Amino acid sequence: MKIHLTSVFVDDQAKAERFYTEVLGFVKKHDVPVGGKDRWLTVVSSEEPDGTELLLEPAGHPAVAAYRDALVEDGIPLAQFAVDDVKAEYRRLRGLGVQFTQEPVEMGPVTTAVFDDTCGNLIQIATEAR
Amino acid sequence: MADVLFKALADPTRRTILDELAEKSGQTLFEICSRLSTRHRLGISRQAVSQHLAVLEAAGLVETRREGRCKFHDLNTAPLRRITERWPTPDTPDTPEPEKSTP
Repeated sequence: MKIHLTSVFVDDQAKAERFYTEVLGFVKKHDVPVGGKDRWLTVVSSEEPDGTELLLEPAGHPAVAAYRDALVEDGIPLAQFAVDDVKAEYRRLRGLGVQFTQEPVEMGPVTTAVFDDTCGNLIQIATEAR
Repeated sequence: MADVLFKALADPTRRTILDELAEKSGQTLFEICSRLSTRHRLGISRQAVSQHLAVLEAAGLVETRREGRCKFHDLNTAPLRRITERWPTPDTPDTPEPEKSTP
């Protein structure tokens, strides 16, 4: 078994597509209409085009808001991405106006930071010490 | 008031939380939990950390604020002054006065 796809709920798929591609630098993999305005919209890392896909899933289900609000209040990220250098990525994203709820901190063997994806989620980035 | 302050300080985990907030004020519950588990190897649940924070908040040592959708915890050391005011250190002539800066 492999982890082929995982998902985050996003408030607005068009906005999420822009943030996840233009700001974070992911590449769109699938974009298929699935009824109404909803799309099957996935992105992958440019470093791993055949790697795990991230589904940017519409947040329309009524349970989503309560679930996400409670997690965001406590600062809990819903996904984690690996980067080569958290501090450099922090500076790059800050320069693009991204808001961080946790600046880079050494947490034992990893350095992590947490930012707001502007689509309703907190995302953690991490670099493992070599 | 003094009782809640001393009770808050009596627990090593709560003192560690204060240490971490002294290093950087303005942390989410998630950041505090991450610091306790990774930097101090304290395997305590998020609920337990939340309860510790409530005790610290009751003592006035931690304050919370909302920013956007997140809740942040700040350190407030003002209540600690009451301890030194209650048992002031006698003036020791050996202690040099802090130098006054000359304009």
